[in-house]
Amino acid sequence: MSEESIISLKNVNKWFGDFHVLQDVNLEVKKKERIVVCGPSGSGKSTMIRCINRLEEHQEGSIVVDGIELTGNLKNIDNVRKEVGMVFQQFNLFPHLSVKENITLAPIWVKKMPKAEAEELAMRQLEIVKIPEQANKYPGQLSGGQQQRVAIARSLAMNPNIMLFDEPTSALDPEMIKEVLDVMVDLANGGMTMIVVTHEMGFAKTVADRMVFMDEGKIVEEASPDKFFNNPESDRTKLFLSQILHQ
Amino acid sequence: MNEMNEVRKPPVATTGIIGWLRINLFFNWTNSLITLFVIYCLYQFIPWILDWTIFSADFKYNYLGEKITNQEMCSRNLDPENGGACWAVIYVRFYQFIYGFYPKVEVWRVNIAYAMLALALLPLLYAKLPYRKYFLYFTYIFPVIAYFLLNGGLGFTEVSTNKWGGLLVTLVLGCTGIALAFPIGIMLALGRRSKLPVISMMCTLFIEFIRGVPLITLLFFGMVMLPLFLPEGIDMDGLVRVLVAVTLFQSAYMAEVIRGGLQAIPPGQYEAAKSLGMSYWRMNLLIILPQAIRISIPPIVNTSIGLFKDTTLVIIVGILDLLGIGRGTLADTNWLGLSYEIYFFVSLVFFIFTFGMSRYSLYLEKKLKTGINMGAD
Repeated sequence: MSEESIISLKNVNKWFGDFHVLQDVNLEVKKKERIVVCGPSGSGKSTMIRCINRLEEHQEGSIVVDGIELTGNLKNIDNVRKEVGMVFQQFNLFPHLSVKENITLAPIWVKKMPKAEAEELAMRQLEIVKIPEQANKYPGQLSGGQQQRVAIARSLAMNPNIMLFDEPTSALDPEMIKEVLDVMVDLANGGMTMIVVTHEMGFAKTVADRMVFMDEGKIVEEASPDKFFNNPESDRTKLFLSQILHQ
Repeated sequence: MNEMNEVRKPPVATTGIIGWLRINLFFNWTNSLITLFVIYCLYQFIPWILDWTIFSADFKYNYLGEKITNQEMCSRNLDPENGGACWAVIYVRFYQFIYGFYPKVEVWRVNIAYAMLALALLPLLYAKLPYRKYFLYFTYIFPVIAYFLLNGGLGFTEVSTNKWGGLLVTLVLGCTGIALAFPIGIMLALGRRSKLPVISMMCTLFIEFIRGVPLITLLFFGMVMLPLFLPEGIDMDGLVRVLVAVTLFQSAYMAEVIRGGLQAIPPGQYEAAKSLGMSYWRMNLLIILPQAIRISIPPIVNTSIGLFKDTTLVIIVGILDLLGIGRGTLADTNWLGLSYEIYFFVSLVFFIFTFGMSRYSLYLEKKLKTGINMGAD
């Protein structure tokens, strides 16, 4: 593992039953690096990033996040999860809590932050995602784009070093995608380490430091965006790009 | 249409009382016929039931103006043409219906316990109660106070539970059963879904065993077998034994109801909670259970009402609850043949409590639903 790597996956293997979903995956992510992961559905990209905060368990190989190796050790898992924020395709806001409560919940209960301080923090995060006026509404009263921005604010409130995005715009209407991507671009420009699984190639071209293309559980190609889009090496990548860019 | 033409109103015939009547009661000729038939039945039934229960009924004195002390003095037994219900039996036996055989000198303690029960329920019924937090503290310690108050100890003379009866027993069994079964049921439901095979298997076994056995069997089990499991010299109170049986029975049902609610929570909720670094218990207490319990309110109240009524089964192990006192009264030669009055009264008391529970569940559902969309987006 190189010194500045904040995430390091080495020969990671995982099976769902007999299905070999991750096959010898190797990935090094440096601090402040922005990685965009793409690939056809079922290629294991979501599974890979879900292994990084242990929502899925890998069966072989090693995953080290910020110097902590992910094993069965529950304390290590909790520590990694405090470092790593995650945004989901389906937002996964807590529907029984208001927007503000969604954001303050983890700081208050996990970080033991005083309530007033947590609320102030929540308002700051809502300013960052540009919806402070929605603080007292419930998730069910918001549009998809607004919900996803609340989900981002909720993750950011834990002050993570790394953010994982699992197809954050796939469940959104076209006109809402932009408002979420804008927030993510701001975040990237602010120096956050990010791994983003997405099919938004425009976004990838703007912010990615490196593209990772996966197929059938393997990383097929890793390249700078420039090389990836203009001059990919593998035929599988070319086929994928021709389909996704010309649809 | 010109621009002055503001909002168009719906046709008169579909709004207001007349609209409602037309749509719901007289929509077409079959509908109208059914409506008329039902009105005719009500017209026949309501005056009769009002006459029987109130206008021709005896409350304390019969139609001759004598104070009723046994069934022969009831108006309807003196003159079958002339009498309705004979509520005097309830009046004379009222003390037993409400307190059982609790000593009269000590009965103020039961009255205080009843009043405290109402006070303890208050913060649960009114979310907007001022100083609700302090009322809730009282609700939590109420069971302890009630125990010493009713049973004795701490300077109160002891009143053995075999003197308890009537509504007192019904409420003690119902409230304790429901209140204890709720947390135990939650633990069992979480346990059954646990990833640890030993815990999951134990909880499943417990639930399936208790649920597979009739409550009567459990009551006999509590009465006869429970003492065998206890160390020598420890004598368990009869009512406590029954309480254990009732609570176990109810918690198995409660566990399954709550498990149903847990299953309705999308996996994304667990993942979001975990990704924020929450531990198992925090995730369940703060995220999962509040949603699961909210979904399960109707079945939770349903099983609770079921238990409240099932407490009447304790009669078979010799404990006299409200219904038991009623049946005891019927066996008294002084009051033979007044089963209508007694069963009517017992039913009415049960109905008041269960209807209250049912209304409370509707209120909760309404209150908790506001502004919340439980769907994925």
